[in-house]
Amino acid sequence: MVPLSYYLVLSGILFACGVTGFLIKRNIITIFMSIELMLNGVNLSFVAFAARWHALRGQVFVFFVMVVAAAEAAVGLAIIIAVYRTRETLNVDQMNLLKL
Amino acid sequence: MTANLHLWLIPALPLIGAASNGLMGRRSSRRAVSFIALVFCGGAFAWALYVASRFSSLTLPHAETLAPWIRVGGFSADFAFYLDPLSLIMLLVVTGVGFLIHIYSIGYMWEEGGYYRFFSYLNLFMFFMLTLVLADNYLLLFIGWEGVGLASYLLIGFWFTKDSAASAGKKAFIVNRIGDFGFLIGLFLLIKHFGSLNFDRVFPPVAQMKAETAGAGWVTAIGLLLMVGAAGKSAQLPLYVWLPDAMEGPTPVSALIHAATMVTAGVYMVARSHVIYERAPEALTLVAIVGVLTALFAATIGVAQTDIKKVLAYSTISQLGYMFLGCGVAAFSAGIFHLMTHAFFKGLLFLAAGSVIHALGGEQDMRRMGGLRHHIPWTFWTMTVATLAIAGIPPLAGFFSKDEILWRAYQASWIYWLIGVSTAFLTSFYMFRLLFLTFFGEYRGAVAAGPEHGRGHGLHDAPGHGGHGHIHESPTVMLLPLVILAILSLAGGWVGIPGSLGGGNRFDKFLAPVFDTTAIAQNREHAVPGEQVPPESEGPATETGRGTELMFTGVSVAAAALGLLLAWLLYLRNPELPQKIADALGGFYGAVLNKYYVDELYAVLFVKPLVDGSARILWQAMDQGVIDRTINDGADGARHLSDNVRHMQSGNLRSYAGWVAAGAAVVIAYMVWTGLR
Repeated sequence: MVPLSYYLVLSGILFACGVTGFLIKRNIITIFMSIELMLNGVNLSFVAFAARWHALRGQVFVFFVMVVAAAEAAVGLAIIIAVYRTRETLNVDQMNLLKL
Repeated sequence: MTANLHLWLIPALPLIGAASNGLMGRRSSRRAVSFIALVFCGGAFAWALYVASRFSSLTLPHAETLAPWIRVGGFSADFAFYLDPLSLIMLLVVTGVGFLIHIYSIGYMWEEGGYYRFFSYLNLFMFFMLTLVLADNYLLLFIGWEGVGLASYLLIGFWFTKDSAASAGKKAFIVNRIGDFGFLIGLFLLIKHFGSLNFDRVFPPVAQMKAETAGAGWVTAIGLLLMVGAAGKSAQLPLYVWLPDAMEGPTPVSALIHAATMVTAGVYMVARSHVIYERAPEALTLVAIVGVLTALFAATIGVAQTDIKKVLAYSTISQLGYMFLGCGVAAFSAGIFHLMTHAFFKGLLFLAAGSVIHALGGEQDMRRMGGLRHHIPWTFWTMTVATLAIAGIPPLAGFFSKDEILWRAYQASWIYWLIGVSTAFLTSFYMFRLLFLTFFGEYRGAVAAGPEHGRGHGLHDAPGHGGHGHIHESPTVMLLPLVILAILSLAGGWVGIPGSLGGGNRFDKFLAPVFDTTAIAQNREHAVPGEQVPPESEGPATETGRGTELMFTGVSVAAAALGLLLAWLLYLRNPELPQKIADALGGFYGAVLNKYYVDELYAVLFVKPLVDGSARILWQAMDQGVIDRTINDGADGARHLSDNVRHMQSGNLRSYAGWVAAGAAVVIAYMVWTGLR
């Protein structure tokens, strides 16, 4: 059996990759994917703990996260398409209409 | 039960005059201004006369409380007035001479700008001086004391556009402040030890004490500190330097404030505090020494001065020295007597000098005068009377008072007497020098004086008015006070003819209850005036004492006559001789001419270190270096910090996310680290 720490380290690496991608990428699609990566990093640690402690609550949490992520992806992609249609770009640095 | 005399009216009337002239005088005519000033000042005089007429029916000392002022715990100081023979004499001198000088000023100042201002200040001065004289506690006296200082400052700097007048005013104020500082500490000591400043509550306990002969205690300390105050106000060594400069003010001011009344406040205060001084003989000795040294010192300076008002100023300092000498040898009534006669003849001298200056259109230098006796005979004759009086020629006023002081000084120590007589000789010399230089010989000037002397006597300075023929006698309004004061200078001394000359010295007897310390010790239940003989007057009454006194009188008259003779020899007989003597004396003459470089010495010793110290330490180091820098650096630091911090608020969403991530990382790292331990 794979030890719990392996899962947790992988989960941490996934989350760190997500954070890094979120911070350094300009393309909004990539950023979106980075967010998904972070969510999945967290999901991994949830299921790892759930398996380890034989507790269903962690798995239920993961389902909730996946549902929310799916909804978020639907809404977020719709927004991205709308933005692309008006601004002709996916670069977040140019989406600064609300900035002073 | 004594009647209520409404003593408060006496100071209040001039105050009303000052207020109405000061507030509304600008829009009034000169006639209205002078009317108001005269009415209120004259009203004070009239009321003082009324008080004097009721005086014999009063139980003394007569005190009236107008209103409570400060009542804190056991300490109280009220607006209360105090009438006894001493304050009555001061009252009459101040209001009387003051009134005459008000009249004179109308003529003298008629052409001046700021006419209403002048009379407002003059009335204000009267208010404060009368408060000082009538006060029933030291605190009210101090109010008057400071107030006359203020009026003096305002009037010295009356021509405030002239730099020298403005700085002379400041000098007078600052030098007085040094004296006031001592005075104030003396008052604090009084409060500490008696819990009161009321004359009635301070003097009896002091009088019951033993004199501090062996070793000085705090009564001596109080006496010394009060003397510091008196030395400042009455221009004694070493604080006399402001008085000569005070001559920058208009001449009536010099007459009223800087000769007749204000500068005598110190003498009055010392005489008022005589109980303290009698219980502090060492302080009293200091008063005498300061007085006699000042008298001699100022007289020697007066000999070489060429400005007519400066001569009179040094003469005033010298005469004040006599008064302090009188007080210092415990002859308080003699000191007050000289104060009174001095007010008459010195007021007259200044007014006459003002009349001379007026006649010459602002000229003050005696070297450019001469031969004026034919042109301004009234001024000449009145001035002659005053000169004879101050020189101590019998039977004029100055003779009796000065002789009284000298005789009493001799009883204390022959050194006082010797210096006093030398001073009398010098006084006579420089006063006759002034008289001869001004009124005799050939006229040496031109009426059209230089602009530095042109005191804005508008008409007289107008071009085309130059030339000898324009010297004119002053108007009647100026001559009248001269004549009255001349009569007083002539006869004023007759109230105090000493026993040795067949008089009763009524002045001394009149004041005797005030200066009777034993009676004060018995809580003022002193005997009926008739049966009371002051112990000090018994000495001279003996036959041998009388002979000695007469002899000394003769000596002082001889000294005065010698001074007259010398002045006549030097300035009328051989007018070129003084220059030769001056050349022969060389450096010494230079020192005297330059007032012994005392001003320069003070400048090096005190003024410059103070100014430099203020500039370097207080201004540059403290104010700019510490206070300003703390504030400025704090503000600068805050700005720099916020300049840096505000870059965090970039508006870039991902940078915020970065901060969040970094913060989360820090928190996790901390938790991991603590968990691992």
